Amino acid sequence: MELQTLIYLVVGASFALYIGIAIWARAASTGEFYVAGKGVHPVANGMATAADWMSAASFISMAGLIAFTGYDASVYLMGWTGGYVLLAMLLAPYLRKFGKFTVPEFIGERYYSQTARLVAVVCLIAASITYVIGQMKGVGVAFGRFLEVEFETGVLVGMGIVFIYAVMGGMKGITYTQIAQYCVLIFAYTVPAVFISLQLTGTPIPQLGLGSELAGNGTYMLDKLDRIITELGFAAYTEQKGSTLNLSLLTLSLMIGTAGLPHVIIRFFTVPKVRDARYSAGWALLFIAILYTTAPAVGSMARLNLTEMVQTGPVGTPEANLRYAERPQWFRTWETTGLLEFQDKNGDGRIQYYNDANPDFAERARQWGWEGNELVTVDRDIMVLANPEIAGLPDWVIALVAAGGLAAALSTAAGLLLAISSAISHDLLKGVLMPDIPEKRELLAGRLSMFGAIVLAGYLGMNPPGFAAEVVALAFGLAASSIFPALMLGIFHKRMNRAGAVAGMLAGLGSTLVYIFVYKGWLFLPGTNNLPNTAEYWLLGIQPESFGAVGALINFTVALAVARITAAPPEHIQHLVEDIRVPRAAQPGGTG
Amino acid sequence: MNSPARAYWKANLRLVSLLLIVWFIVSYVFGILLVEPLNSIRLGGVKLGFWFAQQGSIYTFLILIFVYAVGMNALDRRFGVHED
Repeated sequence: MELQTLIYLVVGASFALYIGIAIWARAASTGEFYVAGKGVHPVANGMATAADWMSAASFISMAGLIAFTGYDASVYLMGWTGGYVLLAMLLAPYLRKFGKFTVPEFIGERYYSQTARLVAVVCLIAASITYVIGQMKGVGVAFGRFLEVEFETGVLVGMGIVFIYAVMGGMKGITYTQIAQYCVLIFAYTVPAVFISLQLTGTPIPQLGLGSELAGNGTYMLDKLDRIITELGFAAYTEQKGSTLNLSLLTLSLMIGTAGLPHVIIRFFTVPKVRDARYSAGWALLFIAILYTTAPAVGSMARLNLTEMVQTGPVGTPEANLRYAERPQWFRTWETTGLLEFQDKNGDGRIQYYNDANPDFAERARQWGWEGNELVTVDRDIMVLANPEIAGLPDWVIALVAAGGLAAALSTAAGLLLAISSAISHDLLKGVLMPDIPEKRELLAGRLSMFGAIVLAGYLGMNPPGFAAEVVALAFGLAASSIFPALMLGIFHKRMNRAGAVAGMLAGLGSTLVYIFVYKGWLFLPGTNNLPNTAEYWLLGIQPESFGAVGALINFTVALAVARITAAPPEHIQHLVEDIRVPRAAQPGGTG
Repeated sequence: MNSPARAYWKANLRLVSLLLIVWFIVSYVFGILLVEPLNSIRLGGVKLGFWFAQQGSIYTFLILIFVYAVGMNALDRRFGVHED
């Protein structure tokens, strides 16, 4: 069967599955629409959380990011998993005990303030909208690359699918489709990884292959990689390149941001008990870790494969560079997409792939007659997308990777859209504008705002506001500097009051926004930045993406200071805090 | 807050602090601050600091959450605040 037909078949089958689940899991009440009736098994919720969390970026781009940055990409691996430790121990069980539908709802009640609730709604919508644009773009790109349809058509089809199961089923429909999507995406990710690891190291487990010797060679895989890329003028793969302070802060910002992202937090409202929320965070991290511990193996092995494909022998001997005419088939395939591009700068008909930005290496390269790096484009995403072809795997694996990429993008988009629509229908409409709205009408409003959010996300996905790549950093910065501290203080500091929380959120949010805008342009408008976005201008070498942790620190400090000099929260709020701290009120006859 | 509730909360904070210390050590200390010295030790074909940054920290996080869940369940039972 032709590859294109096969891809249509596999992707079509996965879509049919999602729609089937949607019909089966319709939401009949607001409880089902917002939190799936609080009846999701902790393991199932863990799986759904993993799909919710792992976006197109995790699936398609992360391994490539690791491949080309090596050790420094560890910040993403640790940041995006370590956040679950904070979520499990500091937020999830308590927010589940609180037992309501949305994150702004907790903030509004805990701080007895509609203002606090509105600030939280604004932060939530800003963080989620920016995030969902990237997912919609991911859907369009995946369709474009695999199904050879127009980008806009791809986004439209993605919108249609999400519309069916998210509007009909709300959180309930989303949860069960996310479980199916997790299975598709993890299978699609690990199968090529297992084969590549087998081919290179003879070990079927990629996590072990990372530390194994190359098959029939006696050299460790990572040592070989370090050696060959340093010989080509690149920095060693396992070596640290960024500053320690910046790497630490970036890791911390990603961790706190992960724990504070509303679309992840609300997943823990769907389990029946406090105990389930604790375990469920562990299951979520287990399912995420399967992909996140595979990615370093995929990244390093793909980098080695790519380098050795071009550099077939000792660096410097002319015959050791691959003749362009003899390039493998997958190279030709990806050249047509523009993700891989060759320019014969010295006209020798061979490919030289090296670091031409390294001044120490320039002299040697010149002596060999190299006139610049000739692989002028190597898109990071190739490292995952071309993997099955590089490993010579059958066509059905390629079809599977297409379905996996789409599953990753759709599942994250649906989770974000639910967070946005529940903030509108439950927090804005029912919470502030029309407190007496009957449940049936609220459910309808929920579906309508979901529809509106999908249309907006699709529109922004098709017409990205030029800063789409920048905004994910903004989403994490917002979540880290505003939402996480407000939630944590609400649980762990009984004395925290309205004035403190609102001042803290505004200070954290404001400082983070200002720091990002100073370097990236006000509202990301090109040319409006006050300072160039390069390391020598950053405050203490802190890049804008790393500032979320500093923003969170400012939030904590301001909130604690203001709360000290203002009145304690009312009695019933202090009781509320005591109440969410225990899974169930102590029984007189308890075994205590 | 009455005293059993206070004791429960204290025990909870003790457990969480202990686990977060480990969380900090494996990621920030082993994975970032001490990565260079740890890289002189090898675990098979991987430098230890590098391994903690890209593998070991994630495995530890996973263990930490399950230890927390089991520990808190035990605590809930001891103080009679468990859910069933």
